[in-house]
Amino acid sequence: MPPVIQVSAIRKTYGSTVAVDDISFEVNDGEIFGLIGPNGAGKTTTMECIEGLRTPDRGAISVLGLDPFNDVYKLQERIGVQLQQAQLQKRIKVWEAVDLWASLYQRNAIDGDRLLEQLGLIDKRNAWFMTLSGGQKQRLFIALALINDPQLVFLDELTTGLDPQARRAIWDLVRGIRERGKTVFLTTHLMEEAERLCDRVAIIEHGRIIDIDRPDNLVKRHCPERTVVLATDDGSALERFRAIPRVEAITCSGSQFTIRGSGDDLVTEVIHCLSENRIRVTDFRTILPNLEDVFLKLTGHSIRD
Amino acid sequence: MLRGLWKLTWIEIKIFLREPLGAIGTIGIPVLVFLVAGRMVGRRALTSPAARSFTGVGLPVLASVLILIGAVLSLVTIISIYREGGILKRLRATPLRPQTILGAHVMVKLLLSAATLVLMVAAGKRYYPVGIHVPLVGFTMALLVSTCSILSIGFLIASLVPTARFAQPIGAVIMYPMMAVSGLFAPVESLPLAVQAVAKVLPLTYAVSLLEGIWKGDAWWAHARDLTALAVAFIVCTALSAKVFRWE
Repeated sequence: MPPVIQVSAIRKTYGSTVAVDDISFEVNDGEIFGLIGPNGAGKTTTMECIEGLRTPDRGAISVLGLDPFNDVYKLQERIGVQLQQAQLQKRIKVWEAVDLWASLYQRNAIDGDRLLEQLGLIDKRNAWFMTLSGGQKQRLFIALALINDPQLVFLDELTTGLDPQARRAIWDLVRGIRERGKTVFLTTHLMEEAERLCDRVAIIEHGRIIDIDRPDNLVKRHCPERTVVLATDDGSALERFRAIPRVEAITCSGSQFTIRGSGDDLVTEVIHCLSENRIRVTDFRTILPNLEDVFLKLTGHSIRD
Repeated sequence: MLRGLWKLTWIEIKIFLREPLGAIGTIGIPVLVFLVAGRMVGRRALTSPAARSFTGVGLPVLASVLILIGAVLSLVTIISIYREGGILKRLRATPLRPQTILGAHVMVKLLLSAATLVLMVAAGKRYYPVGIHVPLVGFTMALLVSTCSILSIGFLIASLVPTARFAQPIGAVIMYPMMAVSGLFAPVESLPLAVQAVAKVLPLTYAVSLLEGIWKGDAWWAHARDLTALAVAFIVCTALSAKVFRWE
């Protein structure tokens, strides 16, 4: 199966600002692909070039075998779009929006009421858009993005501004989209979201892609460090821990020890050491690096800065 | 995409009517001005020729221009609010053509203008002091042609205003002075020469001349000059807006 999205060396500038600088990547059929990076990194610009809403200065894009610039209306028929910080008319009713969107596509739209039911919006059918909560608005935008039964769905900063509970509910919905055999292309600046949802991510900063891979592979490749935190009153503990191979640093405060090292084997080695020397511990946990650490390592700063 | 156009037009009409202030302002004010001023001046209409001419032609045309200006200002405001809220952009990310999205708003304004005019004439038949004998179909056409032409200025203004907050005031600052010199309050020929020159390049002047003529029962061909001017304004402003219109 050819890639659903193929982006080759696109560049987009606004005046003297380079928003997207020579970006290339591919998105495969049936995956959730995430473009992750801080605000202003070029995520939305890249996405909107692929959706046909913007034209790159140079480079080539192919989406579902179509050119987003020349075949924009054909493309719009087959994709679903949720835009960052979009609004609808304040006083449009939920069912009117779904009904309007359903009428805009030539292909058979899916049943609007069933969709609203699946998204938990059926009770809000007659509510004005302005009266919906943030989570309800985002669910309505998901409904509008799915109404034409698209093969490919774009979600731009879908959960920004939502509380954790609403965010989790939306994540389940996005996984549901993938289960229906659709491809999802999303952007986020939330590393947790990327880690939990995406099959593959591209890390973007200053308009350039730094790395692309599965989230766990990125962590494995860039952050092999492992940390074990444990508590013990055993006087010989420090001595014993120092003898563990691949341990790079040990700090201890009171009865709590923090052991740092690298490689997947570190945790096993620590457990082995504990059992072999019959060291009694009252607390034991491991700290694994995540995408947040990968980002810090690759860019030298935290994504929130 | 005719289906999308009708659906969008119908939804936008419903949304417009749900906003009480906007609906009352654009539909109610022209009708109210027409009836209240008509009754105030109407008593003297039997004795004073000036008052008769005012209630017979001047006031109906004034009220119609208020309908027209209300439509334009409302369009400017709605377009800039929709742009700022990302609504225009969201609609663009569908198979809808850009001209369909904007065309629906023109349709809404034309339909509401026609409805307001009909309401005005219907209320006038009962409460207006002077009999209304007007070629209603022809006059409605004249109002719609004028509105269409001036709405293109509205699109130009909507393209240029920086934020939604400034849309209404900037629109008003442009539209109301146009009204002052358009011949509504004093014949253009009686204005100072410099003002006349300004009036002659403003399309509203030609709209007023067309509306007055058709109300009085003139033939359309007698107003070829007005129609040409309105068409030119429409073409120029539409072409300019197509160049400078911002979707976001």
